[in-house]
Amino acid sequence: MLARRFGDFATAEDAVQEALLAAATQWPTEGLPANPRGWLIQVGYRRMIELVRGEQARRRREDLVARRDPDDRQYAPAADEELTAERDDTLVLLMLCCHPALAPTSAVALTLRAVGGLSTAEIARAFLVPEATMAQRISRAKQRIRASGLPFRMPEEAERADRLASVRQVLYLVFTEGHTSTTGPDLRRIDLAVEAIRLTRALHALLPDDSESTGLLALMLLTEARGPARTGPSGELISLADQDRSRWDAAAIAEGTALVTQALPRGPIGPYQVQAAIAALHDEAPSTEQTDWPQILALYEVLERLVGSPVVALNRAVATAMVHGPAAGLAALDALADDPRLAGHHRLPAARAHLHEMAGDREQAIIDYRAAAARTSSLPEQRYLTMRAARLATERVDPS
Amino acid sequence: MKYMLLMQFSAAGADFPSIDAWTPQEVQAHIAFMGEVNDKLTAAGEWVDAQGLGGPQQARIVRAGEGGAPVVTEGPFAETKEFLAGFWIVDCDSPERAVELAAYISTAPGPGGRPLNMPIEVHPVMSAPAQELDG
Repeated sequence: MLARRFGDFATAEDAVQEALLAAATQWPTEGLPANPRGWLIQVGYRRMIELVRGEQARRRREDLVARRDPDDRQYAPAADEELTAERDDTLVLLMLCCHPALAPTSAVALTLRAVGGLSTAEIARAFLVPEATMAQRISRAKQRIRASGLPFRMPEEAERADRLASVRQVLYLVFTEGHTSTTGPDLRRIDLAVEAIRLTRALHALLPDDSESTGLLALMLLTEARGPARTGPSGELISLADQDRSRWDAAAIAEGTALVTQALPRGPIGPYQVQAAIAALHDEAPSTEQTDWPQILALYEVLERLVGSPVVALNRAVATAMVHGPAAGLAALDALADDPRLAGHHRLPAARAHLHEMAGDREQAIIDYRAAAARTSSLPEQRYLTMRAARLATERVDPS
Repeated sequence: MKYMLLMQFSAAGADFPSIDAWTPQEVQAHIAFMGEVNDKLTAAGEWVDAQGLGGPQQARIVRAGEGGAPVVTEGPFAETKEFLAGFWIVDCDSPERAVELAAYISTAPGPGGRPLNMPIEVHPVMSAPAQELDG
């Protein structure tokens, strides 16, 4: 019936599936509605409108991309555009799709499907897996939600902060996936980073006063702004220090900086806001030398207190080197050498290599770059690290 | 017909130094060549998949032990003479064409820009029978 009204069977089928999902989660707790069939059609109808809208927005977005205009922000719904009930539905749906009971890969896929309005084929292509695999991943995620008996409604106040944190985590995962799965010659692939920004924009529009969600949007914009300069003509990685900063997206930097500036004083402070503030300092600097490293170091100290991850400690060590010299940075890295969470990780030897190079210890830098190259699971990164080692080895032979 | 082309590196038997001892220009030329291989295969309508694999330090050998629990042997495999560096899957018209493609990949440039002539294994990928089997 939805298919008849809209003349789009695939979308209608999805809408009905999602209505059934809503029914499976709502009916056991809230009881059978007076008219189940009518209820299903009503929910399916509403979802169908959202899907069709998402589809239209996506087409417009693709047209824009085709015209090489990366600006997608005019298509995020304005805060006052939709009815409150629908807006709440989107948030509830987001929280359901990003539920911590789901494995991250499932949550990511389900969010892109149900909230992002992407087709299963598009999501499959984005993750470089066969469509049947992705279809199964999404359907298992739906089953899992159904089996867990989660209600389709806003979580209790006490639970809401945690659930929102899961939503942000999943959206950030979509964003970082956009940077790691960039192999393969398929030009029709959806840009996951752009998709993540679109969804986070929607989240920010729903919760404009939530400072961490604002921080997450800012972080994505400020990171993505450097995208065009991050790789060379044959896909090779270019380090922050060597990037052509005139190719950074000034509009995205301005927007991201404004967002984080507005979020920080409002509080409570969180890891995404701090990372966005660090990204903003990088983005505003005309060069590595003219970067405000003392401020970045101070922010990494704040971030380390907030999350206590060894990867943050590693970044802090690099910032320490930029402020107090490579010896101080290397000493900070030595303190991390025995951390089991970094064992076998390529980031530690890569950071050490970088600091040894800074200190002029070419031999040790070559050894560490090679060790890092052997450990990374990213091909472009492996090539980058191998090239750094090769360059130093050549300079050693021929100091011209 | 589909073929899997395997790029095996033999630590002991290789007659060229490992890539981390090359000059930046040599590394760059090698990487550019690998990119061209994929472009050419795609342009010819023969590309199915191609992946580089993590080095021997990241590889593991797994067997099921008691009750099916995994028993993992960690790298680096000091005793291992060869490791798989990457593979291509191509869909081409004849075994001769698969051999031709493998030979082309084998010419990837190494030190001094000279072709490495590294060994490429060509394996036909098994498929369903094209027609019903008779009796």
